[in-house]
Order: sequence, then structure tokens, then C-alpha cells
Amino acid sequence: MLKQLEGSQAVAEAVAFCRPEVVCAYPITPQTHIVEGVGALVKAGTLENCEYINVESEFAALSVAIGASAAGARAYTATASQGLLFMAEAVYNAAGLGLPIVMTIGNRAIGAPINIWNDHTDSMSMKDSGWIQLFAENNQEAVDLHIQAFRLAEELSCPVMVCMDGFILTHAYERIDVPAQEEVDAFLPPFEPVQVLDPVEPYSIGAMVGPDAFTEVRYLAHDKQLQALRLIPEIAEVFKDVFGRESGGLLHPYRTEDAETVVIALGSVNGTIKEVIDQMRDDGAAIGSLSICSFRPFPYQAIAAALAGAKRVVVIEKSLAPGHGGMVASDVRMALGQKDIPVYTAIAGLGGRPITAASLMEVFTAAAEDRLPDMQFLDLDYAAVEHEIARARATRRSGPTAENVLRQLSPRHPAAKI
Amino acid sequence: MFQIRIHGRGGQGVVTAAELLSMAAFEEGRHAQAFPSFGSERMGAPVVSFCRLDDREIRLREPVQEPDALIIQDPTLLQSVDVFSGLSPAGYILINSRRSYEELGIAEFVAKFPAHHVCNLGATELALQYVGRPLPNAALLGGFAAISGEMHIESVTGAIMEKFPGAVGEANATAARQAFSEVAQHQPEERTAAC
Repeated sequence: MLKQLEGSQAVAEAVAFCRPEVVCAYPITPQTHIVEGVGALVKAGTLENCEYINVESEFAALSVAIGASAAGARAYTATASQGLLFMAEAVYNAAGLGLPIVMTIGNRAIGAPINIWNDHTDSMSMKDSGWIQLFAENNQEAVDLHIQAFRLAEELSCPVMVCMDGFILTHAYERIDVPAQEEVDAFLPPFEPVQVLDPVEPYSIGAMVGPDAFTEVRYLAHDKQLQALRLIPEIAEVFKDVFGRESGGLLHPYRTEDAETVVIALGSVNGTIKEVIDQMRDDGAAIGSLSICSFRPFPYQAIAAALAGAKRVVVIEKSLAPGHGGMVASDVRMALGQKDIPVYTAIAGLGGRPITAASLMEVFTAAAEDRLPDMQFLDLDYAAVEHEIARARATRRSGPTAENVLRQLSPRHPAAKI
Repeated sequence: MFQIRIHGRGGQGVVTAAELLSMAAFEEGRHAQAFPSFGSERMGAPVVSFCRLDDREIRLREPVQEPDALIIQDPTLLQSVDVFSGLSPAGYILINSRRSYEELGIAEFVAKFPAHHVCNLGATELALQYVGRPLPNAALLGGFAAISGEMHIESVTGAIMEKFPGAVGEANATAARQAFSEVAQHQPEERTAAC
């Protein structure tokens, strides 16, 4: 049924249709509306047989979900930013224990300096924790990915993060085809755990493993992710059969046939990218894009195949690995193997900086003419950073960087806008 | 695509206004995307929200930088925020104020726009009269429907009733209808006939 809904509310409804038995709730912007929404559905009696637990921290949120999942309950939680960091140890534990928890990440930057706005640094910090990471391009996909995530997690016994851009998606009202309970029931069978903590038949989960077996256990964690590479497209196919629309899968190629320049990105910025590609195609440019839905496991082969005809790649990356560059770009380079084409990285949208169609157009146009640096920061205020570098060099006690930059960019400061 | 930017202060319902516009457009079978300026929505602080309307899927995710219409919930923002930034030369301006454009200090600026595209509406007064609280949202949305012709007043009141069922919604819907008829009588005939 078509509805005009806030992304968070739509996701809350989708999660409720998946009949979670335990939901652990702790608020953190920008995901708070989601757990609030699920809470309201529990209170209203729409979501039955669900233990909705207000926990005291994010560490507790995931720890309680781990306990619930190990006891055989379908468990769900959501978090963002510092919240994900605070639960980091439990994030690795959930994966290591093979517990099929589904968690929404309302993607947000990580401090310091504190920033509540969107980028992908939080999800990236946990990219190698053993969780599957799926990125939603719009709110319809966010809804659909949650439904697919429970099935994927439970078939594999592996936790899944559904990543949706904070504010840009979580707080956006748009048209969403909200599924019916019967459709979700037809798609998602009841949870049959491969391991259950039961006092009647006691055994332990999470034993100490020494050097004799640790490599083997880790190998199996990797193998599980490789199985997911096969399973993710299969589940997307079944989803299409039941719900009649395409959602999920490993990648979404857009106008890539005959494209010489291919733009790659995760999440909602792909919408703006497609608009720019349509404009450039109208002007005769051979350009297309690839939206990566499954970032973990990383679909190396599918990406290599999609880039077979490409002459260059531009990665628009909403996170920065300081001292390294872009993590997505580095994975894309690996996917290309021996194929030697430029992979340009544009770090963009950090801490909520808007990624405008005009700025993307400039980058893609420069890329098509191969006049881009390997890595750049989209819309960086060079004057501001150069001023700060010079100031820090001149004075030993130069003070805190963030505050200095803020002061410099303040309209009241004499040095503003050099 | 038709793009709207709403300026107000935290607590005035800036974000809700954009949501309601998107719901009204949805009722007319259109695609609509509403979103806030993200983040620090403190009571009294300047807040911005956006709404895009189109007949096809809206994929663009950037903030609205070149609006076709501006709704200004609080005229004191005219002195502190560049509310007119990027406004289309054929755009619409709706200001919550009963003061004249001269008194607001924008007479010269608004003179550049088609006369029936600019409107000052006493939305807070209408809200006090019909809702009993100084929340100008509903009246402004009624006024927007009248100046822009982008949506029917029934769609606006339908969205209000859906979001606020019961007496609160009824009172706001009345304020919206009243604002619509106040503004519509100053509009060219063919436009009001269409509305």
C-alpha cells in the first residue's frame, strides 16, 4: 500500500512486520525515530509477542540482543555514530557467535569534533567486524532491505546491518510502498536458530579458542560472507517474486552499458548521482553509475564484471580513512585486479556537508577528461585549511584545530573568506 | 519539479509544514519529498525545511538551493537570514505578517516578482482565532495553495486531518481554509478558478 511516510516510520513498520521477539531500544540521533516507532507499534498491540526493552546504553542494547538471539529469539536493534562505537565489542561478538541479529544504522559522522549529521564513518568503523552491511539508496529500499536482512541473517546465522543515511533518509518523507503483513509472512519464515541456549539441554556458546583452532573459526567467518555473495542476489530474486519490485542484491548498475566513466557510491547520494548522469548523457557523455548495496561482503567479481568496459572510475566516498584515503575506492581497486584504469576518489558529504548536483557535475566532467587528482575533497575550503596549517606552523601553542577553523570561518572574523 | 523552502524558528512547525505539503501532494497522486535542514532544531533557532513536488520519482537529495516558492513563518528572520537566496525570478513568496512590504523593508525586492506571486498573510492571527495557539502552519499552507496553485485546498486540509485527527486537526483545517479564501480573492481569476 502506497503511503507518504517518514523513512524512520516506514522502517519501524517494516521491522514490526518481521515479527521480532526482542527489540532493544536506546536513543541516538538520527535513528531515534525508528526505535520510537517500533515502541509505539508494540504499545498499540500491532506488534505482538515482542519484548521491547529500554536498555541503559548501546553496549547494553547489543548485549541484550545477543542474549536474546542466543536464546532463540528474533532480535533487532538500531544505532548510529558514537552509539555503534560504544557497542563495538558486542558488534564483533555478535558476528563471532554467529547470531542473526538485524541492526539499523542511521549513518552519522563520528567525533571529535562532535557532529550529528550524516556520513558513513560509523558503518565503516565496523566494516570488518564480520557483519553483513547493506546500504539503502532510498527509503523504499531501506524498508525492503530490512525484510530481506532478517531472512539473510537467519539463513546464514550471521548478523546484518542495514545502513541508511541519517537525516537524508531517516528524516525524509517520501512515497513508500509499505508491504502487507501477509506478504512479509510469505517471504520470511519463522526463525529456526542453529544454536539455542536452553537450561534443559545446557551447552556453552562463546568458548575460548586457542591458536589450534582460531584460524579455522575465522576462516569459517570469511566463508560465511562468501556464501552471502551468492545468497544476497537469490534473496533479492525471491523478494521480487513476492513483492513485485527490485530491491537489494549486490549492486545497482545505472546506464553502465557502453559507459567509459563509471561512478561508484554507497547509499542515498546515488539518487543525486543518477540525476547528474542523466544530464551528462543528454549531452552525449558515456557515463554511468554503480550503487553498491552489499558493501560487506564486498562483491569483487560483480564489480569487476560491471567495470569490464570502463576506462575510469570515480568513487564518491562519504568517509575518510585519514592517512589512507577512501576505503571504498581501495576495495574497488582490488576488484579491478590487473585491469589498469584510474580510480579517482572524491571524499564528499562529511559531517552532513551537502553533496550538490553542481559539484558532482564538475567532478564527473573533469574525470571524463582525466584531469582529476587521485584523491580530492569535494568542495573543500582550501583557504581555510591552508590558513590553519600556516598558523599551526607559526605558533607552538596553536590551540584546538576545530575551534580555530570555526573561528576563521565565522562571518565576524576579520580573516574570514580570505 | 517544484521546490519549496520553508523558513521559521524551532517550535513553529517548520518541519511539519514540509511534511504536510508532501502529504497533500501525495494525496493528489504526485511524488513528493520533504526533509528538514537536519539537526539543531532548537526552540527559537532559525530552522529550514524543504519540499519537492514532481510527477515522477524524486531522486535528488541536495538541499533546495533554488526554490520556486518560499514560505517565511517568522518575519524577524528577514533581518538575520538570507531567506531569499536562490529564489527563482518567477518564484512565490509567502510571509507570515500583516505588515506591509515597506514596513518589512522588502518592498523594493518583492517588486521584482509578479504581484500575485507575493503575499503577506496574518497566519499567526488566523491561528490564534481558529486554533487558539500562535502556530501559523496550517494557515500558511492554505495560503500557499492559493498563491501557487500547486495543490488543492482539500488536499491540504486532508493532510492536516490525517496528521492531526480530531479537534486539533479540524481547527487547523479551518484556519487553512480561511487563509486560502483570504489569499485567493486577491489572485487572478483563472488561478482561483483552478484552485
